[in-house]
Amino acid sequence: MKKKIANWGNYPVMESDEQLFSFDDQLQKLVKESDHFIPRGNGRCYGDASLSEQTISTLKYDKVLSFDTKNGVLECQSGLTFDKILEFIVPKGWFLPVTPGTKFITVGGAVGSDVHGKNHHVDGSFSNHIVEMELILSDGSTIICSSIQHADLFEATCGGMGLTGLIIRIKFRLKKIETSYIKQKQIKAQNLDEVIRLFDEYSHYTYSVAWIDCLKKGEHFGRSILILGEHAKVDELPEKFKIDPLKLPAKKSIPFPINLPSWVLNSFTVKLFNFLYYGKNFKREIKNVVSYEPFFYPLDAILNWNRGYGKKGFIQYQFVLPLESKQGLIEILHRISDAGLGSFLAVLKVFGKQESMISFPTEGYTLALDFPVRDGLFEFLDELDNIVLKYGGRLYMSKDARMKPEVLQAGYPRLNDFKKIVDQYNPKRKIRSVQSDRLLTPQL
Amino acid sequence: MSTVLLLGATSDMAVAIARKMAAQGNNIQLASRNAARLAPLQSDLKVRYNIDCTVHEFDATDFNLHLSFFESLPVKPDITICVFGYMSDNKVAGQEWQESAKIINSNYTGAVSILNIVANYYAEKKSGVIVGVSSVAGERGRQSNYIYGSAKAGFTAYLSGLRNSMHQYGVNVITVLPGFVYTKMTADLKLPPLLTATPEVVADAVASAIKNKKNVIYVKWMWRWIMLTIKTIPEGFFKKLRL
Ligand SMILES: Cc1cc2nc3c(=O)[nH]c(=O)nc-3n(C[C@H](O)[C@H](O)[C@H](O)COP(=O)(O)OP(=O)(O)OC[C@H]3O[C@@H](n4cnc5c(N)ncnc54)[C@H](O)[C@@H]3O)c2cc1C
Repeated sequence: MKKKIANWGNYPVMESDEQLFSFDDQLQKLVKESDHFIPRGNGRCYGDASLSEQTISTLKYDKVLSFDTKNGVLECQSGLTFDKILEFIVPKGWFLPVTPGTKFITVGGAVGSDVHGKNHHVDGSFSNHIVEMELILSDGSTIICSSIQHADLFEATCGGMGLTGLIIRIKFRLKKIETSYIKQKQIKAQNLDEVIRLFDEYSHYTYSVAWIDCLKKGEHFGRSILILGEHAKVDELPEKFKIDPLKLPAKKSIPFPINLPSWVLNSFTVKLFNFLYYGKNFKREIKNVVSYEPFFYPLDAILNWNRGYGKKGFIQYQFVLPLESKQGLIEILHRISDAGLGSFLAVLKVFGKQESMISFPTEGYTLALDFPVRDGLFEFLDELDNIVLKYGGRLYMSKDARMKPEVLQAGYPRLNDFKKIVDQYNPKRKIRSVQSDRLLTPQL
Repeated sequence: MSTVLLLGATSDMAVAIARKMAAQGNNIQLASRNAARLAPLQSDLKVRYNIDCTVHEFDATDFNLHLSFFESLPVKPDITICVFGYMSDNKVAGQEWQESAKIINSNYTGAVSILNIVANYYAEKKSGVIVGVSSVAGERGRQSNYIYGSAKAGFTAYLSGLRNSMHQYGVNVITVLPGFVYTKMTADLKLPPLLTATPEVVADAVASAIKNKKNVIYVKWMWRWIMLTIKTIPEGFFKKLRL
């Protein structure tokens, strides 16, 4: 039977026949018997990348296969989620090499989108830490690939949005930690110039990201809070944390009850930002030691916060512009604040260098913000796309539900190489999504 | 640290129960007809919960091998949880005896066969816990599901009698009635959320029933009242319903 599914942005919503499996032989049968499908993880991409009339969900395929606690190498099935991984690696002194702003994603999804975190400028994206992985191809055969073995397939699978095959098993390297705490520093920046200067000044920090006010004009245009972090060493911990330095954070989360009109969420974030920005006790700079949970996953504390954007859903718009295109960032922020369609808060981050075929990250400024779906939005975003392209930038497919194929083509210079590899391993595009139908098929 | 034997270890419910019991520090023995399928779960439990886990070949319907299966276990379990079962279309089963026999043997005969062996061992040892996962479908036969339901009814009655007879030895027997459960098997059905448990919720209920020495548990409390109501409907009226 079909059911209605959507990803995190609740746009688009569609009927889909979702198949689950627990064992290799079941998966093999599903793949062989299906006429087309797209792999689906935890549906945390925002748009239509893991949507199709037929999906194969990895969520029941979630076993840990091996964990070398000495060298920090973990091997697991692709449906295992980051929140579950943290529960057993942190107490043993290891951490995820790269993590997005939510822990509710699968390892398969981390590869499919080649996710980035606050440490991109230091550690690169998720694919940088993969030892090897195994895929099941559209004909049901399996193949192992890595940066040295079937390197073409490997490269096209990292950030390839599930289109080369369904990843079944992944082996990747973890990061050594002494404690489960983060030494955090927050700095207020008066405007965009200042925050960009600060990113540069603090580029030696492992983790950095800024919350930026998209609406402020004039002198305080681009006022932000830069958030920096390092994994704390034991001797840097306050005494009370030293007893159990690798302690897991307590599990607490509040479910978001119902769909709300989008201004509710927006006015909440405005208040939150202003509180942090103007709060009496908030000096220009504050330092503290916090658990990894609030540092990496502040939004996860409110389950289903995406419902705060109302029934029609929202688009998260994320682009990256080369470092020399600061002017482009200014132009786009002005357009956003003039149009008044977007969320008040955006996330700004500086990516380090990365050479890849189809992964999103590339050196430059990346900005992400939410736009509730409403009349006129898509026309407006098309205009933004043009500015992004004019300045040599590109959009993140994992957040996308609406870009035009030309925009993808112009943003990703190696797109044709990618398509060739997809055609080789996934002939006739048996593996396809609503997104790939929109973005990749028209040029065939 | 106790050892838990899980009979029928490939279902979603079994995986959740295995993880819950392992998280509490118990060693786990996974038994299933297709033992090769269990290797990933075995590594999962060992790595995540730092416990010992072994895998064993076990076919619920191959009664002749049950004794040797139990005798060959490297360590005898302190807790035995019987999760296996089999359901298929009642219409098909009504036409084909093979299918009916499979339902009866998997849900009733096989369970009686292996649990007799386990119970005898626990009686002699004067300790042990037996958990049987039965079904609310066994509370009253309905036209849509009575072959499966009758096998589960037999299993429920068996567990009840076993509980009675094991009491004198200090062995606790628990009947678990899960109601609807979200699993791969039910992924295609539209289930009422208030009456449907996730496998993890079933696992929590099983673990707490063991800890609190419960007798019969309904995973979602409402089922107790629903089944009570269904059982009180007079037969003359009930037989006319389309259930
Ligand atoms: C609150 C929030 C914060 C986020 N922050 C960030 C961030 O900081 N950085 C970032 O990079 N992303 C971020 N994301 C996006 C998210 O990390 C990615 O979209 C991720 O891919 C989601 O994984 P998933 O398991 O939910 O997969 P899905 O969303 O279901 O799928 C994502 C893609 O991966 C493919 N895929 C999934 N499983 C497999 C598999 N086994 N084999 C092959 N392909 C597969 C799918 O086909 C699809 O194309 C964020 C998302 C949310 C909701």
